[in-house]
Amino acid sequence: MGFVRGYLLPRFVQYLLVTFLGLTAAFILPRLMPINPIEQRIAQYQAFGVYIPPEQRELIINTLKQLYGLEGTVFEQYLAFWKRLLRGDFGPSLAQYPTPVMELVARHLPWTLGLLSLTTFISWFLGTIVGGVAGYYFRSRWTKILDGIAMLVRPIPYYIMALLFLLFLAYIFPVFPLSGGAGIGVKLTLSLRALGNIIRHATLPALTLVVAGGVTHFQAMKLIVQSVRSEDYVSYAKAAGVEERRIAFRYVIRNAMLPTITQLGLSFGFVFSGALITEMVFAYPGIGWVLYNAVMNGDYNLIMAIACISVVAITTSVFVLDLLYPFVDPRVRYQ
Amino acid sequence: MGVFHDLLQDYRFTTAFVIFCVFLFLALLSTFSPYDPQRMYQVPRGLPPSLKHLLGTTWLGQDVFWQLTFAVRNSLLIALVASLTSRAIAVVIGTVAGYKGGAVDRMLMSLGDTTLVLPSLIVFILFSIVLRDWTKNFVNLGLLLAFFAWAWDARVIRSQVLSLRERDFTLVAQLSGIRTLRLVAREYLPFLLPIIFTTFINNMHWAIGMEIFLAYLGLGIDPTVPTIGTMLQAAIYRQAFFLGLWWWLATPIAVALVLFIALYWLSLSLSEYLDPRARIQRIGLQ
Repeated sequence: MGFVRGYLLPRFVQYLLVTFLGLTAAFILPRLMPINPIEQRIAQYQAFGVYIPPEQRELIINTLKQLYGLEGTVFEQYLAFWKRLLRGDFGPSLAQYPTPVMELVARHLPWTLGLLSLTTFISWFLGTIVGGVAGYYFRSRWTKILDGIAMLVRPIPYYIMALLFLLFLAYIFPVFPLSGGAGIGVKLTLSLRALGNIIRHATLPALTLVVAGGVTHFQAMKLIVQSVRSEDYVSYAKAAGVEERRIAFRYVIRNAMLPTITQLGLSFGFVFSGALITEMVFAYPGIGWVLYNAVMNGDYNLIMAIACISVVAITTSVFVLDLLYPFVDPRVRYQ
Repeated sequence: MGVFHDLLQDYRFTTAFVIFCVFLFLALLSTFSPYDPQRMYQVPRGLPPSLKHLLGTTWLGQDVFWQLTFAVRNSLLIALVASLTSRAIAVVIGTVAGYKGGAVDRMLMSLGDTTLVLPSLIVFILFSIVLRDWTKNFVNLGLLLAFFAWAWDARVIRSQVLSLRERDFTLVAQLSGIRTLRLVAREYLPFLLPIIFTTFINNMHWAIGMEIFLAYLGLGIDPTVPTIGTMLQAAIYRQAFFLGLWWWLATPIAVALVLFIALYWLSLSLSEYLDPRARIQRIGLQ
């Protein structure tokens, strides 16, 4: 019971509070936008040469308000927002009316999830393994070379890194395609050709995320291993004549991996933002690209849905990792 | 000058310091520019680098080198405004939360945690759309950036103040009747300065990067005001690469890369210098 009241409950309350505040912010912010979707829609009609008399204009505005869920006072809208949120219904997209927002999100979410989960895992795995070995053999020439590379790559932000990959591997040396998630007109069927196409398009965005994430994990892991390898049990194992390779992999690197798991959780929000930026640069058909277009078109409902989903996704993943942490690290469990 | 001499032993600090001085020089040079940075078609367009136009000219008839001096100046100013403001917020909130403790501490920290957990990128995009006209001015853009950059550093400062509050000298100072504000300013601030300084540089790094990204989305600062971000955006938007004007595109990218690496090395060498354990390890290795 001590665990539930001392550890679980405060974190759960915090989780609910932060999620509530975040969702409220997601409701308020788009409503302050200077782009009015109804005015825009009417301007669109008029651009086609349709004459709208004033009394009809009023009627159209009311109909559109009803359709877009923008009627009533802000407080009524807020209540309606929560009602719809709990049903998972974000209404129709304003720019691609009448497609429901959830359908758009559902269509593009798999691309982001696929890219994100794969690159997060690969960069964590590569970064910790290489960083662990480099930290253990920290006097080696290879470690110094890797360290030098890491010091040059680490400060580059996602956007510039994506741009560099795009320039070098798509413009100058056209090894990979410029943009998109699959070639134009390619049917997404379960064939070897379609799969190869998808992989070819995903390579550059994935490379950006893996390099950016991997370097961070490499540096963190190297520091941890460097401090672990000077602990008593390592000297003892050495004195007892345990094989060097066995000490490095079985005793040092494995122990040092524990704290990097929490790091993975803490960095999730950052990696998520990075994935969105990368998608925008490569026009990769995930949530980032949808968000980019929604921002350009002033699509209230779509921006709101993406903001809400990301708030819930990030707070939940941080909460779940907080819950899992005591199982990974026994020191927290007994506090 | 003992500190400075010690720092120069680190090649990373020396390199970064020299690069930073070059950038400062460029920023100062902007006052001698023969061209107005916001006017177009003042020079023949699309010229390659030559002695007359050191880095060539753009398709819009602007001299890349002189544009660059303005861009460096404006980007550094935005970063400076953002980091100075966010440091001020972080120090005030961190010390108040750490010194007062209790409900005030809990409230301030959960406020900070909320801004940490929110997907900052989306919130940022929303804010800069909402305040589109307001963020056109670079002081305002700096202030907006500052609003999202204080939470983590406030937490670090708070934990430092928490430990300082338990030390004997605090008790002595309190018993001798010193005013709280004076105690914090005179006795605590020297302990906090190293944290403030290293996070200041990290924050500049982040602010410059964010400005570049917002410019890519067409948000943030007025696109005709040259910053590293708007220069890059103009080159991408006008297809500089397909036009064969590689110098137009390469200049902002190269400058951004060098600036980011210099700032990172500066913060790395400073924090290593300020952490005696890391310093001993480094000197021991030599």
